Amino acid sequence: MLTLEGVSYRYAGATRASLRDVSLTLRDGEVLGVVGRSEAGKSTLCLVVSGLAPRTLGGTLSGRLLIDGRDAAGRAMHDMASDVAIGFQNPGTQLSGVATTVYEEVAFGPMNLGIGRDQVLRRTESSIDALAIRVLVDRDPDRLSGGQQQLVAIAGLLALAPRHLILDEPTAQLDPAGTRLVSDAIRRLAAGGASILIVEQKVDLLAGVCDRVMALDEGRVTLEGQAESVLANPALHALGVAEPSPTRLRRLATEAGVAARTIEVALSRAATEAADA
Amino acid sequence: MLGGIIGPVVVVLIAVVTPALAAGVARDLVRTSLLLTLPIAISALLVNLFFFPGGHQVLLRLGPITATAEGLEFALEILVRIMAISGAITLFYLTTRPQDLVVDLERRGVSARVAFVANASVQTVPAMVERAQQIAAAQRARGLDTEGSLWRRVRGVVPIVGPVILGSIAEVEERTLALEARGFTRPGMRTLLWWPSDSAQQRIARWGLVVALLSLVGARIAGWLG
Repeated sequence: MLTLEGVSYRYAGATRASLRDVSLTLRDGEVLGVVGRSEAGKSTLCLVVSGLAPRTLGGTLSGRLLIDGRDAAGRAMHDMASDVAIGFQNPGTQLSGVATTVYEEVAFGPMNLGIGRDQVLRRTESSIDALAIRVLVDRDPDRLSGGQQQLVAIAGLLALAPRHLILDEPTAQLDPAGTRLVSDAIRRLAAGGASILIVEQKVDLLAGVCDRVMALDEGRVTLEGQAESVLANPALHALGVAEPSPTRLRRLATEAGVAARTIEVALSRAATEAADA
Repeated sequence: MLGGIIGPVVVVLIAVVTPALAAGVARDLVRTSLLLTLPIAISALLVNLFFFPGGHQVLLRLGPITATAEGLEFALEILVRIMAISGAITLFYLTTRPQDLVVDLERRGVSARVAFVANASVQTVPAMVERAQQIAAAQRARGLDTEGSLWRRVRGVVPIVGPVILGSIAEVEERTLALEARGFTRPGMRTLLWWPSDSAQQRIARWGLVVALLSLVGARIAGWLG
């Protein structure tokens, strides 16, 4: 379980806090989505929950981060790497820069943890299969497209077998097929007991994988609750967050006078087609 | 007269030419080391041949300057040493993948950070070249003139170098965070998945070279090589 207790964080040299009095509890096996406009504090929240801020970035933090009930203050970053993994938006900078093949890139994290070679290989193989990148294993990671690099970077995180996973816009460069692979991997990881915090602009993805959703604005939590109810909340629009496609379709169809039953039948068929695809 | 060059010639034959032939890179070796050392070799030859202080045995007079046998002997000594050094470095470059070197160093206990810096330095060069090409293409698309006179080309470099360097610096912070989060700073040995093979023949060859080197140094000190 990941817990933030009244956390505020200010970057070094900044005049105002980027996170203000944020509290959250992320239970094992739970997926929490985070939405909000640009500079709402979403990426900062990821850095704080992962322990990178202020540990590596500097700055001032008040409040507490608890990882599985244990205060994270004073723990070294490398000690937390097997507990909490974080993926950033830009896949190019998440790659190690020294691996000459995708296989080595995915294995880079577990190799750092000093676990046995067999276990490193097992985790690497399983992460490669989870994101369907077997066809890329011999390629140079620096020569891949942005979307392929993103899948490789996420596979590298899965190979750490983290109990808690933080993802900052993990599908920013992915096509629909890649996005589906990532959402499937998130579901599987959560089913295995990992807790996952995901910042994402694609609200349809959040609607599909999240148990709860939280909206941030100017560093504060403004909405929080069950994914379905938060994502259907009209207040989200004012926070610069788009409605999920089914919500938008329902609203537009209702405004156009289409019968509620017809809308639900159409949505159900659309969902079936998407699942088949 | 040739005593001073026997040692380096033997080293070049045993430690550079023979392995280069065995590895099938003799032609590349000659071409690359000549390219690297020709300017310095020519100047060393001319300077020592004609301006060696204390040369008495005249070989050739060209107006006011004189080529001496003592100068030629010293020039040959210098040339063969340059050959030994450039040949060894070129052979290493032609036969060793940077990745193999780094992994082997790490396996032998060199810090993962040192190995990472060595490896990243090699891998960063092509990435920066590619980034520079992308930025140059983008700047040209926006009307930057990078062709024509020398002055225009020089002026065209400035808007490319700035983004390349600043972009690379900005990436360093993100990459550092990602490495930290992937446990790179953990103390102790990393788990290595593979390492370069080290056959008995390779070990024998290595130790043979060490023995040859020590023998040559000993022979030189003892005065057997002149």
